[in-house]
Amino acid sequence: MDRGNLKEILTVSALNDRIKTLLEEGFALVWVEGEVSNLRRPASGHVYFTLKDAKSQIRAVIFRTPFGRGGNRGALFEIEDGMSIVCRARLTVYPPRGEYQMIIDAVEPKGLGALQKAFEQLKARLEAEGLFDQNRKKNLPFLPAGIGVVTSPTGAVIRDILTVTRRRFPSVNILIVPVRVQGEDAPAEIVQALGDLQIAQHIDVIILARGGGSLEDLAPFNDEEVARAIARSRIPVISAVGHETDFTIADFTADLRAATPSAAAELAVPSRPELMETLETLHLRLLRCHRREAGKLREEVLELSGRLKDPKRRLADIRIALDDNVDRLRTTLAHLREIRRKEWTHLVVRLEHQTPRSWIAEKLRHLENLGKILVAERARLSDQKRNRLRSLAALLDSLSPLAVLGRGYSITRRLPDGAILRRAGEYTVGQEIGIRLASGGLHARITDILSEAFMTGSLPKER
Amino acid sequence: MSKENFEEALEKLEDIVRRMEAGEMSLEESLKAFEEGIRLSRFCAKKLDEADRRVDLLLRQEGELVVKPFAGEQSDSE
Repeated sequence: MDRGNLKEILTVSALNDRIKTLLEEGFALVWVEGEVSNLRRPASGHVYFTLKDAKSQIRAVIFRTPFGRGGNRGALFEIEDGMSIVCRARLTVYPPRGEYQMIIDAVEPKGLGALQKAFEQLKARLEAEGLFDQNRKKNLPFLPAGIGVVTSPTGAVIRDILTVTRRRFPSVNILIVPVRVQGEDAPAEIVQALGDLQIAQHIDVIILARGGGSLEDLAPFNDEEVARAIARSRIPVISAVGHETDFTIADFTADLRAATPSAAAELAVPSRPELMETLETLHLRLLRCHRREAGKLREEVLELSGRLKDPKRRLADIRIALDDNVDRLRTTLAHLREIRRKEWTHLVVRLEHQTPRSWIAEKLRHLENLGKILVAERARLSDQKRNRLRSLAALLDSLSPLAVLGRGYSITRRLPDGAILRRAGEYTVGQEIGIRLASGGLHARITDILSEAFMTGSLPKER
Repeated sequence: MSKENFEEALEKLEDIVRRMEAGEMSLEESLKAFEEGIRLSRFCAKKLDEADRRVDLLLRQEGELVVKPFAGEQSDSE
């Protein structure tokens, strides 16, 4: 470096670059305390000021990004000219101007540390005492007759509370106990107000409220006596002190802590429109139940009366059933009879098929036929025989010696035996003979015997 | 306004409706419950219809508690 001073010639840019490196690396994290002056808040939202002490000063910037105590942006706006602060920062160099400044990423008003410590100590003590115990917390009334409001009688806080309560439930009375909410006298006034409300008429809930402010401004609500007055109150107390993120001892001690005065008012009274809707719904449900119940009952009665039967009718039913059964029995019997009858007919038919009558008839017919045939045959035979007889008779007739006798022949028989002798020699002269003629006969005696030879060629002599 | 009565009445009404809806009542019970429910419903509606309120200041004057009307009330009635 020393040598650099002698020999090396730097450009301004190079020099500033080196300074930038040195400063930014050498002061990456520093804690600085001082007084704020020349505070500026351009449209960018960043905060520019000069931090100074008796002998020196340094430029500083707080970028708008959330930072600080628990990311509390409220702290950012508390910074004012003349305020003493302690801040955490790093150095940065801006080469175009050759300037350096602090970029602050955490800030606390100076002196708060002590206040904070006192706050923590009181909180720990009261907590150990059991002042914050959940089982000490009183329940809020569902619908208070009156609300006691301990706050400043002027400003947005009381206005918000009045507006919200009127909107939510216009018939709830409000009793305002005006107090100073900051400064040395504030705690005593608040304690007195809380005490007075205990003996006021028809107050069912108390709202202890104050708008936002610095921690110093909120000091009365971190007061031990105020905390004890809240704890003593037989009427439930809702606290609504400062901003949403500010917790005070009063908040810890109160029966309910609201983020804002408006929220406290909403917690203190129910919403009338909502209640009306609830009531209307309940009313409708009640009517519906009743209708349903009545309808069910009617149905039940109808159903039961439908089931309730006159015994006469039941008797009639039985009669009808009996008749019906008898009818069915009859039908069944008739049916059975019919079946039997059919079976019987069938059997008869089958029996008929088996009867010998026809066989007999047939045989009779056959017999008759045979008889007829026999008669016919006999007639035919007798005819035949007769015819044959006739023809035989004719033949016989033709063959009869009598017929021959007719033609002139005669039969000679020896007497007495009547033998027919065919040879002349068998005869003797003198023998008696019988001669048979065609008609009649003769009785004669042989006188002569003639030989055969004699007979041939000669005609017998007539006699 | 009797706050206890309103809240109790609303709770009773809710209970009656729930029990009726559950259908666990006898006929006589449900008729009685219905009558009671209607009465409670009217009572609550009447309470809800009340719209006037007082906004007062509680002050100490010479050690005595004094109630005076709050002048700022008009500002919230808009």
